[in-house]
Amino acid sequence: MPDYSTSDSLPDTLYDVVIVGSGVVGCAMARRFALEGAKVLVLEKAVDILDGASKANSAILHTGFDAPAPGSQEHTCIVDGYNEYLEIHSRLNLPLLECGAMVLAWNEAEAGRLEQIMQDAHRNGVTAARIINTRQVLAKEPKLASSVVAALEVPGEFVIDPWSAPYAYLLQALENGASLARNCELLGGSFDGSEWTLETARGTLRSRQLINCCGLYGDLLNQKLIGQSEFEIRPRKGQFVVFDKSARSLVQSILLPVPTEVTKGIVVCPTIFGNLLVGPTAEEQHSRVDAGVDSAQLQALIERGNSILPALSQHAVTATYAGLRPATEHKDYQIQWYPERNYCCVGGIRSTGLSSALGIAAFVYRQYTDAGNRHAPLADYHWPQVNRIADPGARDWQQPGNGGIVCHCELVTRREISQALDGQIACHSLAGLKRRTRVTMGRCQGFYCSAELSELTQGKFPQPIGIPCK
Amino acid sequence: MKVNNCQVAIIGAGPSGLAVASELAKAGVDDIVVLDREANAGGIPRHCGHSPFGLREFHRILSGSEYARRLQRQAEDYGARVWTGATVTEIGANGKLTLSTDAGMQGLSAEKIVICTGNRETPRSARLVSGSRPLGIVTTGALQSMVYLKHRLPFKRPVIIGTELVSFSALLTCRHVGIKPVAMIDSNPWVTFWKAATLLPRLLGTRLLLNTSLEEIHGQERVDSVTIRNAAGKMETLACDGVIFSGNFVAESSLIRGSHLELDARSGGPIVDQYGRCSDMDYFACGNLLHPVDTAGWCWAEGMRTAAYVNASLGGELTQPDRMLEIESSSPSIKYFTPQRIALPERLADRKHPGLQIRFNDNFRGRISLQNDSVDLIGCNIRARPECRVLLPLPSGDRLSACRSLSLEFLPA
Repeated sequence: MPDYSTSDSLPDTLYDVVIVGSGVVGCAMARRFALEGAKVLVLEKAVDILDGASKANSAILHTGFDAPAPGSQEHTCIVDGYNEYLEIHSRLNLPLLECGAMVLAWNEAEAGRLEQIMQDAHRNGVTAARIINTRQVLAKEPKLASSVVAALEVPGEFVIDPWSAPYAYLLQALENGASLARNCELLGGSFDGSEWTLETARGTLRSRQLINCCGLYGDLLNQKLIGQSEFEIRPRKGQFVVFDKSARSLVQSILLPVPTEVTKGIVVCPTIFGNLLVGPTAEEQHSRVDAGVDSAQLQALIERGNSILPALSQHAVTATYAGLRPATEHKDYQIQWYPERNYCCVGGIRSTGLSSALGIAAFVYRQYTDAGNRHAPLADYHWPQVNRIADPGARDWQQPGNGGIVCHCELVTRREISQALDGQIACHSLAGLKRRTRVTMGRCQGFYCSAELSELTQGKFPQPIGIPCK
Repeated sequence: MKVNNCQVAIIGAGPSGLAVASELAKAGVDDIVVLDREANAGGIPRHCGHSPFGLREFHRILSGSEYARRLQRQAEDYGARVWTGATVTEIGANGKLTLSTDAGMQGLSAEKIVICTGNRETPRSARLVSGSRPLGIVTTGALQSMVYLKHRLPFKRPVIIGTELVSFSALLTCRHVGIKPVAMIDSNPWVTFWKAATLLPRLLGTRLLLNTSLEEIHGQERVDSVTIRNAAGKMETLACDGVIFSGNFVAESSLIRGSHLELDARSGGPIVDQYGRCSDMDYFACGNLLHPVDTAGWCWAEGMRTAAYVNASLGGELTQPDRMLEIESSSPSIKYFTPQRIALPERLADRKHPGLQIRFNDNFRGRISLQNDSVDLIGCNIRARPECRVLLPLPSGDRLSACRSLSLEFLPA
């Protein structure tokens, strides 16, 4: 089904569901509705998918052990999302790093709080969580600073690929009938009692149902379309430092701090790509676009990392980045139905969206059918295989006909790049190419491959890497 | 997996790697393979469109790209095989390499392996620079390969961060294609490369801002400005469309990290003895991997010497040492030094060996000395500058053989 080019006007078609936003939630939503047999269109204002809140996170697949209590939307969606990811990941060729996590207590006061966190975890269904003593912690994580007092072990916390997963969800949606229009902002719309008429940057569309998956702009779209919003987005910036692959062997599992009322705190975490991540910060701000990094904050993250893992000071920084979480004034997710207007808003998916997205989609679809909507689910649907860009697993550079390696640090081949540029849901920006292939994301940050990329991407990006000399 | 064999495998076809290949082939070693992951051999010089290169090697002034071609031709004329488009992904014990080419993964087994992977500049991220992350932020290497190899411009009015030799190379590259840098910025009060070089930016209409730090990068899609701060703390916003991070070279030691070879935390390269042998003596290393950053000519000369050691090693003349004497140093002024250990007894006397190559992390005057049990073996008064090599000759093999512990000490004047 169509991935409409980024410039043409769209045909005036009646859809069952229009999903606004192609972040991780929008991608999972499109998949669910498409597999259930609905006629789906995803609108994205950027030139590429995953260009807002979903572009930067810690890539952890959470069990929900520390989520709000059962019955909350967040807990329900994380548990369902987690389980569905485990069920489907291998069929989509998506990776899973089964590393587990530990909540580390660095003093007696923190150690005293582990009991409550464990009880909450058990209440949330994560019954394998258990408290271990200093000796046991250090036996599992010998590189930890020896001042660690105790830990809560949470075996089910895993790490995944934060971009290939939503990409695969959307790809499966498209291969099973959904459509995608990027570079297509939703400008306004009206509901006549049975259908929405939607004005987009590329023409008028009609849809029976509208689902707002706008992330950082969720409240604004609510205001625009239904004149009200039950929440206000309060962007919360999280900065991260990515350490060199040489640091990966310093840890086995995800290392979490004992959380405070305000924040879950700074995590030391392996990445699926073989790096080590330290972050995020939690900085409230007004801007919905400014995801800049700050030297002092990065330095503080490095020092925090060094205090947890003293040997980390011997390892180089590969990358730094920041993401914006669409937090609100509320603690729980803001999934709200306006049945009289065939409108659903999925808002406030602040930091657990990667884990919960599949669960959110199932949750929204249940509510959709509860409201009396029916489709004939696809009897047999296609499972696309996405490129495996994370170790372990067969990588393209190991296979014949790969065209040679272009990005040497991340071992990205010419064939992988050409698939990302010309294949399904082709990327239209360097950022998009990075998310699909990891080019320039390694140690040298483009020292070696920028020139080759400027040539390979010639004419493909509205914002080119380089323009030809006169 | 298909496994190939050769006598000597050289990883990296830059000036040092090609010098090793030429010299070994000339000495009659057959079956030499030089592997390079790029499409063309030559290393960094191949994307330096400007001169001067080649005075030492070819006795004439060449552009970097012409120099690179000549180095390759020379190695091939002597009989070495230059295999481009081959990325070594893993190095292992017993001379076993894993590589990736268009044909997929394969193995290569060699008697001796020389690692000549060179160095690269420190990118923006590792410098922890504040601000947004738009298009238009590059290193000099990325700029030069884009301009000279692909004839593309990433921007028109960038700022250049740094005043090393390579920073001026960036300036010339810009001039060559009509890019007009707005400013050259260095947080130091002096020009790192050479005082007289300050004339060049002035002639080209580029502001030279010393004592000035880059505070923040701005722009969403592309760079639109940077905020800088001068010594007095005054902030200024410069409109520009790119940032060139030049210099601050680090060893390209990706292959060595995570391998069985010992790494030197100071230099970022492998630990080597005076013959360039790594902790696994089937492996040698030479060039800027050991000492970021030196000129192509220096690396080439080191390659020539290393070839003789490799050959002696193949011929059984350079054998396993009886003992290794590690060189310690507790001096905080010393950024790194190489070699880090001395193999004893000295099996080959090499009068051309430059001795210890030392880098300091700031401007210093003082006395550098190599000591045995706190007694000077050799020493000299020096004036050190960052990114400039200081050489300290090694004492004779006999004197070294009598040593119990070696330390490199610096006493500021």
